[in-house]
Amino acid sequence: MIEIKGLYKSYGKVKVLRGIDLKVEESEVVVIIGASGSGKSTMLRCVNFLEKPQKGTISIEGKVIDPKSKDLNLIRQEVGMVFQHFNLFPHMTVIGNVMEGLIQVKKYNYEEAEKEALKMLEKVGLSDKAQVYPSVISGGQKQRVAIARALAMHPKVMLFDEPTSALDPELVGGVLQVMKDLANEGMTMMVVTHEMGFAREVADRVVFIDQGVIVEEGTPEEIFNNPKEERTKEFLGQIL
Amino acid sequence: MDSIKDKKSWFEKNKINLGKAASVAGFFLIIYVVWQNIKHYFPWNFGVIPEYFPLFKAGALATLQITTFGILFGLVLGIIIGLMRTSKIWIFDSLARFYIFLIRGTPLLLQLFIIYYGLSSVVKIPGYPAAIIALGIHNAAYIAEIFRGAITSVDRGQREAALSIGMTSWQSMKRIILPQAFKRAIPPLGNQFIIALKDSSLASTIAVSELILKSRQLASSNFMMMEMLVVAGIYYLLLTSVFTYIVFRVERKLGVSDHRV
Repeated sequence: MIEIKGLYKSYGKVKVLRGIDLKVEESEVVVIIGASGSGKSTMLRCVNFLEKPQKGTISIEGKVIDPKSKDLNLIRQEVGMVFQHFNLFPHMTVIGNVMEGLIQVKKYNYEEAEKEALKMLEKVGLSDKAQVYPSVISGGQKQRVAIARALAMHPKVMLFDEPTSALDPELVGGVLQVMKDLANEGMTMMVVTHEMGFAREVADRVVFIDQGVIVEEGTPEEIFNNPKEERTKEFLGQIL
Repeated sequence: MDSIKDKKSWFEKNKINLGKAASVAGFFLIIYVVWQNIKHYFPWNFGVIPEYFPLFKAGALATLQITTFGILFGLVLGIIIGLMRTSKIWIFDSLARFYIFLIRGTPLLLQLFIIYYGLSSVVKIPGYPAAIIALGIHNAAYIAEIFRGAITSVDRGQREAALSIGMTSWQSMKRIILPQAFKRAIPPLGNQFIIALKDSSLASTIAVSELILKSRQLASSNFMMMEMLVVAGIYYLLLTSVFTYIVFRVERKLGVSDHRV
């Protein structure tokens, strides 16, 4: 489904990614863990070219994507992204946020877009908030709207960049539940998170990144109960 | 005891600070005494103001017209230059930088004279349009900087979110960034408009009969320079008040402070 090959990325002299190879199969949920600054978010952002890697390729469904392509925006539709800070459009209502891509990118007419957007909001349990502005809903609700906005484009894969890190603890559960439902529906997902409970329960595979390289990957049982690498043990020791 | 307490609290109840009240009264008393002593030597007759007030109407209209058209021109040009200034395309950014360097670095009066006198050997531009062009060109540099600031103040994540749902760079600018930037630009724009209104007085130097020139023309026949200038001043205050009010209403209508996420 998605194949990352030999990914290098540096900001000036700081090497953030130093050769990442990763394959994600269809309907697979891959959780990426690692300390802050390890490069896990940067890797995720490279997958939809919000960051341009210096070296390496990303292929989606076997096709290598050219980062200079004029059709990058068309490719990005296939790759939904959810951000740590939600990034909802504050000047649009909740449903307006979800409809925006449908109207501007998919060229739906207003009625079609509204219908589709409502369906997506229902999916994340927020159809009653359709007409309000993002400023009046909670962080957890904002993140669920952001998920609905990404889902509305019917992406083939969803990227989650620390989706619960900016949330109050009591709001995390609702967002994780939506993500679990998605996983159960067979959505292909790449999730950067510190929620080890989620990783254990939902992930098909856990990938541990440190200093820009993949140190270890395996099933949740392998990584959490039986880590092979010293660095993985150290990291898990610090957070668990 | 009780009655004294009640008397004391009268000032407190009405929130009057005795010391302050006394100093205000004293201030007016001094002014009154001074006025009584100098009024026979007072050289100006402000009693004529109501009589001359209507004669300035055409001048006020000219000021208002030059300012309005100048601002509209400056707004269009300023948005274009502001967008160029935020462009990743090197040549656009450089051109915009050079424009701002050139225009912001020289006085409006110089620009006005260049357009009116300097260009006259090539093309004769009458004072009225020359003033509008100069005011527009001058303000465009400042408006461009206001827009650049407003655009860069919109969180990067907004653009990223727009791109991530498949919007093009231009769509994200048009649909997501600019609507938010416009709102943020309104308070500084209002300020710039008021500066432009006052700067329009420079048009008097190229024979545009706006408020200042009007007051000088009238004074040259009635020799009441101070009185005429005061009338012009009152008109300026009226116009700036109207501008301020309009900006205030626009801010309220667009909810400049609302809907932050």
